[in-house]
Amino acid sequence: MYAVDPRLTSSAKFADVWLGIDVGSDIALANTIGREIIAAGLVNEAFVAHSTMDFEAYKAGVEEWTLERGEEVTGVPAEIIKQLAHDYATAETAQICWTLGITEHQNGTDNVIALISLALLTGHVGRYGSGLVPIRGQNNVQGGGDMGALPNKLPGFQDLEDDEARGKFDELWGVEVPAEPGLHISLMLEAMEREEITALYVIGENPAQSEADSEHVRKLLNNLEFIVVQDIFLTATAELADVVFPAAAGWAEGEGTSTSSERRVQRIRKAINPPGEARDDLDILSALAEKMGHGWGYPTAEQVWDELRALSPMHAGMSYERLESEGGLQWPCPSLDHPGTLFLHAWLWDEVLPPRGPAPFIPVKWVPPVDPLSDDFPIRLTTGRALDSYNTGVQSGGYRSPIRKGAVLEICEADGTNWDIHEGDTVKISSRRGAIEVPVIYADSLRPGLTFMTFHHPDEADVNKLTLDAWDPKSGTAEFKATAIRIEKV
Amino acid sequence: MSVTVTINGQSVSVPDGATLLDACRSEEIDTPTLCYLENLTPVNACRVCVVEVEGSRTLVPACSRPAEDGMVVQTETDRVKHSRKMVLEFLASSVDLSTADSALSGWMETYGADPSRYGTPAPPTEDRDHRHAGHHAAASGEVTETVAQPPKIDNGLYMRDYSKCILCYKCVEACGEDAQNTFAIAVAGRGFDARISTEFDVGLTESACVFCGNCIAVCPTGALMFRSEYELRQADVWNEDEQNVTRTICSYCGVGCNLELHTQDNRIVKVTSPMDHSVTDGHLCIKGRFGYEYVQNLEDDLATTPVDVVLRSVRGR
Repeated sequence: MYAVDPRLTSSAKFADVWLGIDVGSDIALANTIGREIIAAGLVNEAFVAHSTMDFEAYKAGVEEWTLERGEEVTGVPAEIIKQLAHDYATAETAQICWTLGITEHQNGTDNVIALISLALLTGHVGRYGSGLVPIRGQNNVQGGGDMGALPNKLPGFQDLEDDEARGKFDELWGVEVPAEPGLHISLMLEAMEREEITALYVIGENPAQSEADSEHVRKLLNNLEFIVVQDIFLTATAELADVVFPAAAGWAEGEGTSTSSERRVQRIRKAINPPGEARDDLDILSALAEKMGHGWGYPTAEQVWDELRALSPMHAGMSYERLESEGGLQWPCPSLDHPGTLFLHAWLWDEVLPPRGPAPFIPVKWVPPVDPLSDDFPIRLTTGRALDSYNTGVQSGGYRSPIRKGAVLEICEADGTNWDIHEGDTVKISSRRGAIEVPVIYADSLRPGLTFMTFHHPDEADVNKLTLDAWDPKSGTAEFKATAIRIEKV
Repeated sequence: MSVTVTINGQSVSVPDGATLLDACRSEEIDTPTLCYLENLTPVNACRVCVVEVEGSRTLVPACSRPAEDGMVVQTETDRVKHSRKMVLEFLASSVDLSTADSALSGWMETYGADPSRYGTPAPPTEDRDHRHAGHHAAASGEVTETVAQPPKIDNGLYMRDYSKCILCYKCVEACGEDAQNTFAIAVAGRGFDARISTEFDVGLTESACVFCGNCIAVCPTGALMFRSEYELRQADVWNEDEQNVTRTICSYCGVGCNLELHTQDNRIVKVTSPMDHSVTDGHLCIKGRFGYEYVQNLEDDLATTPVDVVLRSVRGR
């Protein structure tokens, strides 16, 4: 197990080898590993020839990434990069697991593509025990995508622009579903800026605190003509709303399903009654539809699910009965007698590839973080999570965790000594966008020049006042992981 | 592949790798266990599951002994019954088993275990954590030696009452290699002074503990307990007959851990996870185990009020 992380996290301590990479140099590392695998003759030639295309373009793209160049950009010793490359390429089975440290960059999609190339080079994909494993950070973020909560997808990841797929929905729903993709959140914020979006209906999200450059986001939200928020709490976003629908907490106060990282659809069940006037999301939406002239009645969660199964082929075999008795099922599960799918992309190993053809190599270029270090902002700040907390703390702030640290800036002791900043001192952190004041603690997970904050305690100190909203044009995700800051004692 | 053993004269076939306990349970032969759990590696600490195997000089622990072709096993001999009785008697005479798994009292009856015959239990002592091996005085014979001591309550999530600890090692295994890999606790001391301890006996909040509560989930005697359960028991309003258990999915990260929400009076009072589910085999993290309060901190002044206080006030009305 190799851990690649700017911080010496608990996972990194658990690993055999830790690569303390510099923030934002992921593509440099992946390209260096790719070049080394090629240079050392460790490419899975048969797999590359049969199941991939554009290898030559990839090879040319990584040519400049010698071990020495890789060390220079990533800060990881060349010998260690070489060792990782050789171990990965020659392992019987190997997985690359990642989460937001890869994706929460303005080039997050390119980061992922660089990792995919390594799996294609070595054939570590589409086989039992090998694969590419994006680990989801939220319990149903996979389910949200599965259900079509994406601007360009219908439920089951069917393309919105596919007339045949869309036609099924038109027919069942008796309305014409628009073929033009909608906007993801980063584009929505830009559309608000241009006053093209003037109203917003927010369900179970807290963008006033969760988005990068949050001062700016709050200004945009304040400028809207009309905001509806549906949430279990009066969040910072709900406080800006014209109308608030108090919602039930689905996982304990309602019925339905959620989908985990491994595409496993599982049942959630009602254990307690929601408080006061709070109602289930489905109930609220049904009532709203009725008011808007669409009397679709008040279906149960299972009825909605069965409609989904009729429209989304990859969910067709997942009856509630099977979800109960089989401990959940992994999609695709196209029929009632289908066991579900343990891993994806097995088709890459078919003797005759399906019509979609071989998997393309896509060379990607490394670019440094867009918030550069300078004399005014010489220190790197990266953000992330703590074990006991979750997102903006709306849920995780409510229990008596003995290990909650609150809003603090973590720095390494060596920096503290150099800067004459000690544990417990309050400092002012400034970035090119804003400033906050927080106490300092020393952390052995950090090294000189690298600092860390969680984003769990925005009411104490909102770290997203510092982060920047430069976002990945392909995924819409902002650069939460790499901010240039300055620290002053107050 | 399967192997065939003879248990109490009956031929029993089990899959290769199965233990004698698996074989006994497949035949519904009631076999007591305390330190054994399906999702942990057997440590052979309690010796209450022992059976007689032909050709073996000593009794063997059924929970860890693999079944081998042709083994002849007896579970009902006087030797087995006497051994189980003595184990149960010694444990019950020195440990408070009032909140132990209900199966235990059944086994006490089955094997005729009578801990009272050893005399009056010794009162709680305060120094159990500081005894050195070989330094304690010989028993006076006037009272029964016990592990009675004050409970340790040093955080808001769970408490430890080692008066109830039978040293089954399950918590140590769950904290260590079998689940959490945190290694916050181990057995300290020797002989009757042996005890579960954090490093240098520091409080949990200063220890390596990450508050996953996997130790609570495996504890067979209630020595480790949710604060909510402890407080409700203290107030005499803990009522398992009135509780419902609902299976759902954790609301935090993307792993998809299955939660069993134990509810009483429309409040969550405890969270467990099914051992037979493939996602985490019964293990959880701090958020899944304890992070549910946000669905029941309903009023401003209750924002930080623990569930037991709320429930007591509900009951009081």
